Amino acid sequence: MAKKSPPGPLEYLRRWPMRAWLAAVFVFLYAPLIALMAFSFNDSRRNIVWKGFTLKYYDKLFHDSALLEAFANSLTIAAVSTVISLALGAMAALALWRFRFVGKTALDGAMALPIVVPEICMGVAMLVFFARVMPWPQGLPWPLDLGAIIIAHVSFSFPFVAVVVRARMASFNREMEEAARDLGAGEFRTIRDVILPHMAPSLVAGALLAFTLSLDDFVITFFTAGPDTVTFPVKVYSMVRFSVTPEVNAASTVLIVLTVLLTAAALKLQGNAAATAGHGGDGK
Amino acid sequence: MTKPIITFENVTKRFGKLAAVDDVSLTVNEGEFFALLGPSGCGKTTLLRMLAGFETPTEGRILIDGQDISNVPPNKRPVNMVFQSYAVFPHMNVADNVAYGLVVDKVGKAERDRRVEEALELVQLGGYGGRKPDQLSGGQRQRVALARALVKRPRVLLLDEPLSALDAKLREQMRTELCTLQEKVGITFIMVTHDQDEALALATRCAVMNKGVLRQVASPNDLYEFPNSRFVADFIGQVNLFEGVLAVDEPSHAVIRSPDLPVDIFLDHGVTGARGGAVWAAIRPEKIELHKIEGEAAPNLGDAPTGTNAIQGVIKHEAYLGGSSTYEVEVLTPNGGGRRIKVQRSNLTRWDQEDFKLGETVWLCWHACSPAVLLS
Repeated sequence: MAKKSPPGPLEYLRRWPMRAWLAAVFVFLYAPLIALMAFSFNDSRRNIVWKGFTLKYYDKLFHDSALLEAFANSLTIAAVSTVISLALGAMAALALWRFRFVGKTALDGAMALPIVVPEICMGVAMLVFFARVMPWPQGLPWPLDLGAIIIAHVSFSFPFVAVVVRARMASFNREMEEAARDLGAGEFRTIRDVILPHMAPSLVAGALLAFTLSLDDFVITFFTAGPDTVTFPVKVYSMVRFSVTPEVNAASTVLIVLTVLLTAAALKLQGNAAATAGHGGDGK
Repeated sequence: MTKPIITFENVTKRFGKLAAVDDVSLTVNEGEFFALLGPSGCGKTTLLRMLAGFETPTEGRILIDGQDISNVPPNKRPVNMVFQSYAVFPHMNVADNVAYGLVVDKVGKAERDRRVEEALELVQLGGYGGRKPDQLSGGQRQRVALARALVKRPRVLLLDEPLSALDAKLREQMRTELCTLQEKVGITFIMVTHDQDEALALATRCAVMNKGVLRQVASPNDLYEFPNSRFVADFIGQVNLFEGVLAVDEPSHAVIRSPDLPVDIFLDHGVTGARGGAVWAAIRPEKIELHKIEGEAAPNLGDAPTGTNAIQGVIKHEAYLGGSSTYEVEVLTPNGGGRRIKVQRSNLTRWDQEDFKLGETVWLCWHACSPAVLLS
């Protein structure tokens, strides 16, 4: 490109007002996060002016037993609720994809409910549920004391898994399943050999989504947690209530980095899934 | 060669109220290349899917080698299918795709490898075993689907619109290859297609279906030259249909008088089964000859009395197709209207299509043996 051609009709990003707008959006979105992360390395308790680089707040963080316990709780809850959400979500998606039955539309709608209902409502509902309908026994040994939170997390994250898996299955060529049957495979073998491999990317993406949702959930956890259980976001919140110390910055940075990494992985896998989808479906 | 391998006994399949397949009885013999032909939605695919086991008949029985298989699941039937979309498994390489049916059947590794290799050689994909399906062209993916089905040595191979997804040149090539393949492996092939050329070119016998009903089962030649109904005559190839009555019906000859034609249609044979109602004469476009007007006399092909089987008309439409040209010639009907007749003519030299131009008046004539008489 020796000489720059004038921007084409659809090349909005080559016009300066659009670029300025885009830059403003990014600043608005990310400046607070970047400031927060930067100040986690600031060698000053006040957190107002830059005094020099330090990792001591991270060091403090990793020696704070209360925070570490909260972090362990969060990871455990996320892991267990992800496994359960994955199983439930995938099965729900398969049922909705494959069968026609009475009440399918209703089930479909009801399943999307946790995605659209405000978290605060879910939180209050969970609080009432565990207080009045099915109280979770107190004083259980770890990790059983996390049961209520895990159930709550499963209830809001399995619909996300179901949505992702179902979207993936929409691109499945039914003749593939028939081909496996035709070649001698029974129902289960067909699911294992043909349907699951097609579903796999969406399972990974759904798992990462469920894990992330669970890991950084505050509202619902706050309402469901008993007096003795603390998760990472809840702990960070309690730290903030006294003052915004660099430890809070450091803790938040850890959470942000984890969430971003997992989300990026989920998006990447979904992208790959889209690329391989529709194979063999070109005949129809 | 005439041992029946598949028998449909009064098979009906209803989806709700609609009968997709309506009381079909049909026998396919061992070693045949059988085609199920019909317009889309005629029930031919449903028939094939019932054979594969993906649909169960509402009524009637399906026998393979004399065994009723109506309640046998698809994975237990001695038939294999090549799907319209090929349905090659995208996450397995070519060899694994072909081996799949053998793995499921627990065939030992050594024999499996040998048979996979053989099957790939058979469809000319030797050495492609390590490729992934997305590295293959459409034609190659179809060969994988073929090998994957044939490697199981089925009693019958089912093909669902096998050539519809290929481009014209490749389709031509695969037609020949399918024929060769069938001769080589000796397995009975049953193919579903809506493409009459494909059915005529490949099949040893064809069944024509319409709206779930079997209309005619015959060899391609008989189907084209001796259709049993207007539907079959019209569906297979091009045809000119003239409705009329039998004015003369002797054992040695017959005459059909049609209000669409100013002359009688003379036939060199009697008509059996006519009961005085309407009959139809079906004349294929290539069986009508075009002649330039030279003098007063009508051209006479020598097998029909003067005044029959020849009329004048005006060329209203022409299409030059290279090897042949097709024309629509308008003739005056006795009541003063116009009737267009389709004519096809081979271009025998590089100039002779220039004799027949738009707007020219020409003679049309045909042999006494050319029209097919249809009673329904």
